[in-house]
Amino acid sequence: MPMKRDLAIIGAGPAGMAAAAQAAELGLRVTVLDEQPRAGGQIYRDVDRASQSRANILGADYTDGRRLTEDLRQSGVEHISGAVVWAIEEGFRISYTRNGRGAQVEADRILLATGALERPMPIPGWTLPGVMTAGAGQILLKQSGVVAQGAVLAGSGPLLYLIAAQMVRAGTPPAAMIETQTRGDMLRAFRHVGGALRGWPYMAKGLKMLAEIKRAKVPRYAGATEIAIEGDSKAEAVTFTHKGRRQRIACKTVFLHHGVVPNTQAARSLGIGHYWDAAQGAFLPELDDWGQSDVAGVFIAGDGAGIGGAKLAEHAGRLAALKIAQNADRLSTQDCDRLAAPLRRAVTRERAARPFLDAAYPPYGSALHPADSTIVCRCEEVTAGDIRGYAKLGCLGPNQTKAFGRAGMGPCQGRYCGLTVTALLAEANGRSPDDTGYYRIRPPLKPVTLGELAAMNDTDLDAAE
Amino acid sequence: MKTALPFLELESGPRVDVTWDGTPLSLPDGSNLAAALLAAGVDVFRHTPVSNAPRAPFCMMGACFDCLVEIDGVTRQACMLEVTEGMVITRPQETGAHANET
Repeated sequence: MPMKRDLAIIGAGPAGMAAAAQAAELGLRVTVLDEQPRAGGQIYRDVDRASQSRANILGADYTDGRRLTEDLRQSGVEHISGAVVWAIEEGFRISYTRNGRGAQVEADRILLATGALERPMPIPGWTLPGVMTAGAGQILLKQSGVVAQGAVLAGSGPLLYLIAAQMVRAGTPPAAMIETQTRGDMLRAFRHVGGALRGWPYMAKGLKMLAEIKRAKVPRYAGATEIAIEGDSKAEAVTFTHKGRRQRIACKTVFLHHGVVPNTQAARSLGIGHYWDAAQGAFLPELDDWGQSDVAGVFIAGDGAGIGGAKLAEHAGRLAALKIAQNADRLSTQDCDRLAAPLRRAVTRERAARPFLDAAYPPYGSALHPADSTIVCRCEEVTAGDIRGYAKLGCLGPNQTKAFGRAGMGPCQGRYCGLTVTALLAEANGRSPDDTGYYRIRPPLKPVTLGELAAMNDTDLDAAE
Repeated sequence: MKTALPFLELESGPRVDVTWDGTPLSLPDGSNLAAALLAAGVDVFRHTPVSNAPRAPFCMMGACFDCLVEIDGVTRQACMLEVTEGMVITRPQETGAHANET
């Protein structure tokens, strides 16, 4: 029987990499499982392979990730790349698929560092080829050095400016930015300006990006409403209303973004409690200030615990690793608290600008409560009107919608419809998101083939060794 | 004409031959398959089993399952694969999205 690990970490982004290095330094036997071929997560995707010219386009905040990939390598931690985790059972036994074969690892403790997903942005035409998330646009650039020509960016939030600035640097500026935030949002955000000033480095970077976008003469349409994508078999144009006038911009690629939300699939499959956070407009897992969940031995760090960005994720990963080491009797309580103190100060600093940004760039209202004809569940092609219809028939929660019309039952398992379905049902039934709830997530977390299962046998327990 | 394509490759490196739906394509060796197909001008990856609607990559991070293709009879996410010499890639059968679920 192979040795059980002290700690298994799911995800090799900033939280997972930092936690792995910290835990290994304290003497824990650690395994990191990650879906991608190389460490970095989505924020530092393929950072070790990026060419100099690509690094120049992406900027220093991206190449800073090499510090963490290097720490992970130096730590000697076992890193199983290309591993798609599809089940985590009590005890803990983690089942995953790698190169078409199923395999398992066992660990006493788990750290979920599964990061964020783009907030679903259901608008008319969002399922057409050529429509992607802004995050996807960034991944194309980071991993493949591929950029869209004449793309339109639509939505709101800092990531939209970051990708626009990077497209400008790549010599392929976006054709337009269709922005949903309003002047009123910005005025309301100034309530949090104190925090924004404490988080000044972020604000300064934001202003620099806006200047780059302005110099490139990218047209910006703030306060846009009624955004739709036109096209027959693929995206052909974006239409929207700006200052009372209907506009149409022809394009082949549209990048959508109105914030990111925690990826809670694995946490939910373990039965960890979640609550609705109105400021983030998302469900967050119940955690203490070490990232410890209400399921013994399971910790969560990074954006999966609540959106805070890459730097915060790194500190949170280290904090979780300290507590895990203490629980495993590798660190005294005093040393744990002593080592945590500077990390906690850094966390506070990283959180400072967040309330300002959340208020200044709220999600696009028409995508939170889409028109009846708009597809909400991309996999099963269920519309907002379908969901409202289920509510009329007495459907109170997302799990019941599955019985009414398969929403959330496709291969994405509700990742890109769950929050919309909760919002639509909550609105239709006059109940809170907490009372409405979310999909119950069960394994397999990702589709697994019979062939992959058949290829898993006793000798594959610990195939990576 | 290169500038007419929606996507542009900023760098060049060694390429390998693959086939997409029977058509030969030359793609960057070891690159992300979904990105390489997009850069090669492939716009529609598959049609949905529900309504035959066209789909293409959406999230590029293995979460949305819109970039499904078929390789060696198995439906896979193109954004989770790397290009290898001689890859035979086809559009998945209409039932492909659900055929491999357990």
